[in-house]
Amino acid sequence: MSAGNPGDRLKPATGATVGAALRVEGVHKSFDRLEVLRGIDLVVSEHDVVCLIGASGSGKSTLLRCINLLEPIQAGRIFVGDTEITARNVDLNAIRRRIGIVFQSYNLFPHMTVLENVTLAPRKALKQSRGDANAQATELLRRFGLADKRDEYPDRLSGGQQQRVAIVRALAMQPELLLLDEVTSALDPELVSEVLDVIRELANGGMTMVIATHEMSFARDIASRVYFLDAGVILEEGPPEQLFSAPREARTRQFLQRIIAAGRL
Amino acid sequence: MTARVSRETRAVAIALLSTAVLAAAIVVVATRSPGWGAFRAYFLDWAIYRDSFPEILHAFWLNVKLFLVAEVIILPAALFLAVLRSLPGPVFFPIRALAIAYADLFRGVPTILVISILGFGMPALGLSWLPQSEFFWAVVALVLVYTAYVSEVYRSGIDSVHASQDAAARSLGLSHGQSLRLVVLPQAVRRVIPPLLNDFIGLQKDTALVGTLGVVEAFKQAQIDQSATFNGTPYLVAATLFVLITIPLARFVDWLVARDKKRQQAGRAA
Ligand SMILES: Nc1ncnc2c1ncn2[C@@H]1O[C@H](COP(=O)(O)OP(=O)(O)OP(=O)(O)O)[C@@H](O)[C@H]1O
Ligand SMILES: [Mg+2]
Repeated sequence: MSAGNPGDRLKPATGATVGAALRVEGVHKSFDRLEVLRGIDLVVSEHDVVCLIGASGSGKSTLLRCINLLEPIQAGRIFVGDTEITARNVDLNAIRRRIGIVFQSYNLFPHMTVLENVTLAPRKALKQSRGDANAQATELLRRFGLADKRDEYPDRLSGGQQQRVAIVRALAMQPELLLLDEVTSALDPELVSEVLDVIRELANGGMTMVIATHEMSFARDIASRVYFLDAGVILEEGPPEQLFSAPREARTRQFLQRIIAAGRL
Repeated sequence: MTARVSRETRAVAIALLSTAVLAAAIVVVATRSPGWGAFRAYFLDWAIYRDSFPEILHAFWLNVKLFLVAEVIILPAALFLAVLRSLPGPVFFPIRALAIAYADLFRGVPTILVISILGFGMPALGLSWLPQSEFFWAVVALVLVYTAYVSEVYRSGIDSVHASQDAAARSLGLSHGQSLRLVVLPQAVRRVIPPLLNDFIGLQKDTALVGTLGVVEAFKQAQIDQSATFNGTPYLVAATLFVLITIPLARFVDWLVARDKKRQQAGRAA
């Protein structure tokens, strides 16, 4: 797992909507009266790594859950590749197989071994044979340094190992798009880097990702574009060099200053 | 090391001693009570105990059969009912409402009334195509009542599995049914084994209510023996039999729970 140089990666011209892996158009989301997303537009090209930053409660997790159709939206449209996933009569399960998501709290299945966690969906949703699924899972686990944890139960693993298993579990479905929701927030500081290294390696491999994160230096390092969410709208977006060094909006500056004051940039 | 061993030995000794003291106190209080002689003659007649035992044991076999037949139906039926209640969305509202009404009704009515209404009422309808056997209606009554209880146990288990487990399963592209069957229910059922056992024990005891239909099970047989001998010792026989079957049940589930825990801690595949 080498810390890759972002420059190594083949980046398509930013802003190109042709071949967009993900397009979010005017998405509104409310929980009862509370409007959490108030018209979100977002385009992610293939092989792009987009980071979502913003204060707690600004709607980052909600946006990711909407993209994965775990939450219904009230208005707007979402496209993955050429498919409008928010259209009526789409097959939710088929769509979700194309989009991986990894949660802050890992959410591994505690009654299954690591191998069973990773092979469950390939076997039951993609109807892979046990042999094929096991072979693929074993290879992925080996790649991410988890080969010897194959037959352990999740509660015997460290937080960092659990989160890496959760990432492998999502990858086993060979998703077109991977959503990561603050995947290092629940980890002890010394375990953060092993998970970030995995994400770097995925970025170097060309995985298209949308990452909600509070790790600003990581975002600056890895993102092709950064979106700043504020109270349910995207207040500002741009390449990381620009957004972090010369933010246009006063609220973005405020947010970054608070982060700097907290020693996280 | 030796210090620990001696400490453990001492703990066992203390436990034994305090138990013996308490038992002695109970015996002293009971035997000194003014009615002890009469009580002893009425309930603790060894000859009657011995003589009535075979017949009551034979009748008790019916309790065991009632329990086994009912339980085999209740376990899957209650799970099915719990799953019906967890169906999402407005489409399934009528089904959820029916399931709730059923559970409310049969948890509200005393078991003995359900047994009496079905056991006396159904044969009284005079419908030739309806089964007439009291055993049949007794099983139906017990199944109706205990399915309502056990489905609540399952449901609390399903609710105790955090929604994020379902979200994780669904996000991988598993269907609602697959998530329920492969992710939620295995965790839910494991958690409810102890309360499920309590309902097992309750059901085993409630098989004695079937005696009201005239079915000669252990309690009814004890009643018959009691009126023949004018002595209450046959009730003690019946009580012994019920306790003999519920205690191993309790220990068995303790063992299951402990094994499960150990297995997870050892990190071994099942
Ligand atoms: N299921 C829900 N029901 C009601 N309100 C919700 C629900 N989920 C989120 N919210 C609300 O939506 C708002 C946005 O929450 P969200 O979790 O998306 O924020 P976030 O940007 O991910 O914050 P954090 O950085 O703390 O993770 C919050 O005000 C939150 O209370
Ligand atoms: Mg969040």
